[in-house]
Amino acid sequence: MPPTVITYIVRRLFAAVVLLFVVSAITFSIFFLVPKIAGGTPESMASRYAGRAATEETVKLVADRLGFYDPVVVQYGNWVKGVFVGTQYDLGSTVADCPAPCLGYSFITRQPVWEDLLDRAPVTMSLAIGAAILWLIAGVSIGVLSALRRGSFFDRATMGVALAGVSLPIFFTGLISLAFFTYTLGWTARGGQFTPFSENPGEWAYDLILPWITLAFLFSAQYARLTRAGMLETMNEDYIRTARAKGLREHRVVIKHGLRGALTPILTIFGLDVGLLLGGAILTETAFSLKGLGDYAVRAITGNDLPKVMGVVLFAAFFVVIANLVVDLLYAVVDPRVRK
Amino acid sequence: MKRKRLIPAIAAGAAFVMVLSACGGSSDDGNSDGNGGDNTTPAFNAGVGKVFNKSDAKGGIIKMADNGEPDSLDPADTYYGYMWDFARLYGRSLVMFKPAPGKASEELVPDLAEDLGEASDEGKTWTYKIRKGIKYEDGTEVKAADVKYGVLRTLDREAFPNGPEYFKQFLNLPEGYLGPYKSKGVDTSSAIETPDDYTVVFHLKTAFAGFNYLAMLPQTFPVPEAKDTGVNYRDHVISSGPYKFDKVEQGKQFTLVRNDQWDPKTDKNRPALPDGFEVTLNLAQTEIDNQLMSGDLQVHITGTGIGSAAQSQVLADETSKESADNPSIARLWYTSINSNVAPFDNKDCRIAIEYATDRTSYQRAMGGEIAGGDIATNLLPPAIPGYKKFDLYPAGPDNKGDIEKAKDHLKKCGKPDGFEMNIAYRNERDAEKAVAESLQQSLERVGIKLTLKGYAQGDYFSQFVGLPSFAKSNGLGLVVNGWGADWNDGFGYLSQIVDSRVIRETGGSSNVSVRDPKVDQMLDDAIAELDNGKREKLWSDIDRQVMDDAFILPGVVAKVLLYRGQGLTNVYVNDQFGYYDYVSLGLEQK
Repeated sequence: MPPTVITYIVRRLFAAVVLLFVVSAITFSIFFLVPKIAGGTPESMASRYAGRAATEETVKLVADRLGFYDPVVVQYGNWVKGVFVGTQYDLGSTVADCPAPCLGYSFITRQPVWEDLLDRAPVTMSLAIGAAILWLIAGVSIGVLSALRRGSFFDRATMGVALAGVSLPIFFTGLISLAFFTYTLGWTARGGQFTPFSENPGEWAYDLILPWITLAFLFSAQYARLTRAGMLETMNEDYIRTARAKGLREHRVVIKHGLRGALTPILTIFGLDVGLLLGGAILTETAFSLKGLGDYAVRAITGNDLPKVMGVVLFAAFFVVIANLVVDLLYAVVDPRVRK
Repeated sequence: MKRKRLIPAIAAGAAFVMVLSACGGSSDDGNSDGNGGDNTTPAFNAGVGKVFNKSDAKGGIIKMADNGEPDSLDPADTYYGYMWDFARLYGRSLVMFKPAPGKASEELVPDLAEDLGEASDEGKTWTYKIRKGIKYEDGTEVKAADVKYGVLRTLDREAFPNGPEYFKQFLNLPEGYLGPYKSKGVDTSSAIETPDDYTVVFHLKTAFAGFNYLAMLPQTFPVPEAKDTGVNYRDHVISSGPYKFDKVEQGKQFTLVRNDQWDPKTDKNRPALPDGFEVTLNLAQTEIDNQLMSGDLQVHITGTGIGSAAQSQVLADETSKESADNPSIARLWYTSINSNVAPFDNKDCRIAIEYATDRTSYQRAMGGEIAGGDIATNLLPPAIPGYKKFDLYPAGPDNKGDIEKAKDHLKKCGKPDGFEMNIAYRNERDAEKAVAESLQQSLERVGIKLTLKGYAQGDYFSQFVGLPSFAKSNGLGLVVNGWGADWNDGFGYLSQIVDSRVIRETGGSSNVSVRDPKVDQMLDDAIAELDNGKREKLWSDIDRQVMDDAFILPGVVAKVLLYRGQGLTNVYVNDQFGYYDYVSLGLEQK
């Protein structure tokens, strides 16, 4: 690999790590510094964890145990230390272990956040990756065909459906498809069902086919339109005319030369979309009652469980950063001009 | 009731309250009297006041779902009414409400104990004899010391912040006692004694005639000290009931299977018909409703009823409606009028609110007659013994308010043109916001201009309306509120919402408005009164005093629309909880 590419990769990796630290600091500030600036006291923050009927003494005890009397910088430092070496929390009746990487400990559910995230990540990953494959194949294929048959009935029909796809909210299409395909026709799995891939790949796919298709319907629309626009531009380039003139077969002209040129923006969007989804497809998971990271985030927010919210924010940020890094690296593969 | 409610985004009813048909009170007790008559033909309200589809067939797994999750499976740490119902499957308290429909369920019957508590020392000492031969799932016998330990551990509010605090309030505990984890080795015989392996004696600070109600709480489930894992006990509660935990995945699901150490000869209350229970957690409301109607699920465990979309569907379709039950429950939706916020420090200004309110609009905001409830004119719901219907502030023949009287009282309190005020509600509760808007419109007719202030449900009482300093400085004179009894008795209903001594400067109380020393004294008198008839009259007197003070604007007595799952047997609403009795349920066997 050329030294310039290695330098490029190393720089991007370093930037990714720095970015994650910045995100963690901002997130920590939002949850632990802003309430203080707004007049919150350690006791008012601790009362969230101490229960409604807690006495004043109990609230102070909980505030002390949670480190709320320490300066925010010290709290952040302890949190960062926990990420690398783990930490322990004295709960009075017992000592709770939060092994590394300790992204936080929920005092409401008495669980390390990392364990919850690991438990839920496979659901979100299964949903996101499966849907991503579907929408990429469907969206790009439809976009290519529409571009090649510009103005035809196929072009108009598919772009019309694409418009519906981007217009209809996922929670609407999700609930409608559940009501129809599951509870009327009985073809697909009930909401909330998830079988791990390692347990039974067939059941895993059956459980997710409806959420995949619903989510893919939303995204493939965008990709179809994007691909069509990109293809219409590249297929008019001189090098396409040259390739045809050289006698290359049409499918080779379209795929190797036309589509490749249009791929760069598609790749960028794909990376962002997958990265965001891996952090939690909130609406889809809610509509289908899938217990993934998105569902976890919603419940953490509505339950005011700050350690969980912080953990899932960082986990999601990690995926976005990694996805962008992968996309940047793939540019070098897809577009030779980047390698130079 | 301080029990937390699960509030689906759209369902107006919440019911963890034990609904007891009024004993000697009004004939308007909401649900029909139940004498246990059974029926097998599906019909609307077939499970209210009577048993639907009676059967003693055993077998099957009952599937339940929750649109959230329990506060805890640990009996020390739960305040959800549905958990008090469900926990009886894996634990036994000293006494329990009779598992029967209608009025029959108001009777307390022995469970772990051989009989109800024996009072002595004028109600300051209560003695219970434990049945011999009751075993945990591991085969060891339940002893009195386990009951004592189970109660004492609940006193650690840091470890178990959710459960009720009645034992802390009443037991004659040593000064500064913080539970067995933090106060190791402290002599607690001043509060609880176990003179032998099968006798538990409770010593109280003051006389409490209703102590049997405390003995009914899951906090009296026996817990073997050697098996106690502190805050992690919720991951595997040692069963003393007919079922034991097989799988517990916090936030996802838990399952119960038969406890082979349970002896039915020691337990007349539980038929233990199904082979087990599966409870799925965090399933969306719409998904639960769909699965109930398709037969994939039998019970929505929270008992909060079906969502508004499903309600329209069920009520519009005669066949679906036959699977619905619509009980009235011992819960009141109301609005607190906070005397700490001027001009509500003047009683006439508070009375003006009572007269100006359009009650029909309030009812509509809460979901109407079926999903919301019946218009209330006083504080006690009909299910509470001592209930008497009265109306100190008649709202006219159409129930839309008496504008003239409202204006009169505004003149008397020096605000003839009205005034501006803030009204608080919980953001997550659409019905509460609708109530705030309806009051905004009602009160505008007399010149009172309301500004709506929404707050997060989770912090509503601890940080906002229940924190006196915050409520005062933010002018929260009106607070949309609701309460259901911890048990169907005046104390179980009133103690947390009308006693001024439960209001804490650190926040957290559901009582955000009632501050009357006279009411406090009346409560103390009622608690100590051993005569049932006199005690019930005192609850009614307290109701009248609070309404006379105009600290509370009653809204509706709650109702809930439940859906009977397919194939269930022995389905009936236990009036103590306001939803199905889980210990009686079974499944049809084909």
